[in-house]
Amino acid sequence: MEVKDKPGIYVYGDKQLDRAEGEAIESLKAHCQQPIPDPDRWLAQEIQRNVLVTTVDGVLNWARKFSLWPVNFGLACCAFEMIATAASRFDISRFGMEIFRPSPRQADLMIVAGTLTWKMAPQLRRIYDQMAEPKWVLAMGACAISGGTFVQSYSVVPGVNRIVPVDVYVPGCPPRPEALLYGIRLIHDKISKRSIATEG
Amino acid sequence: MTLAFSGEEIASQVEEQLPGSIVDSSQDSLVVNSESWLAVATFLKDTPGLDFDYLTSITAVDYYDYFEMVYQLTSLKHNHSLVVKTRCYEREKPKLPSVVSLWRGADFQEREIYDLMGISFDGHPNLKRIFLWQGFQGHPLRKDYL
Repeated sequence: MEVKDKPGIYVYGDKQLDRAEGEAIESLKAHCQQPIPDPDRWLAQEIQRNVLVTTVDGVLNWARKFSLWPVNFGLACCAFEMIATAASRFDISRFGMEIFRPSPRQADLMIVAGTLTWKMAPQLRRIYDQMAEPKWVLAMGACAISGGTFVQSYSVVPGVNRIVPVDVYVPGCPPRPEALLYGIRLIHDKISKRSIATEG
Repeated sequence: MTLAFSGEEIASQVEEQLPGSIVDSSQDSLVVNSESWLAVATFLKDTPGLDFDYLTSITAVDYYDYFEMVYQLTSLKHNHSLVVKTRCYEREKPKLPSVVSLWRGADFQEREIYDLMGISFDGHPNLKRIFLWQGFQGHPLRKDYL
């Protein structure tokens, strides 16, 4: 029924509404007697996508690169930047390396964060020797690179490269987490250039 | 707030009990003769009313002519503190009595001073280097170490 003086506006009674609802349901039921087939066109595409052509080097390096487990060798203030890198704000687990452990047995990357003293040096070497091959070392901060401010000190090792071979040097005092992440990306680049034929 | 005793205040008490043990005293500290240091330390620890039962820290200073030890004592019972110093004029083989028998906390600190300053402590149970390694030449916190 059209509202008086308001053309285009209708008011329905209960009976009319019920009838309309019943007609809609009946019509839907009449049209939906068979199940809609599950979409399966993507299956063929998926099979196509699963055929991947790559090299052994490529797939091995890719796997290694995104599952680089670090051993934390936090020696001084740089360690806090390393911890910040592992925490939620910078989130090192984006690179598949959230498992920071003091155990070297499962680790691939040693992050030497801080000042290494001669008294600590044998322990550093021992942890490095206990890590399984292949392994990488990242020297974080001025002290780890060259001894930093303490370079002429009686007790500080002037650069951890006197003790272990270093793959990437991250400068700074201490370096920001972004710098450490960039250093880790450089390690990734280094890993992706490895070859199973020459290096295993 | 911990009450800091003036050296002069304690000096008269110590001098009364152990004559000739005080070398100098001032507002901040009192300086004790190194021969009577252990007796003075025992007196400071065991005298009722003083009861310096806690050794806050030990430091050594190299003044070229002599080494000066600085002992910061605290009484947890009475909440007061005192700074006592003693001097050693020997440079080749400086020697002072150890206070480990009175305050166990002195153990590592005396080892540190032995390590970095080269002062030996008589009566220390385990006097060897603590930060540096066995075989290290010299004592690096001495002014003439370079």
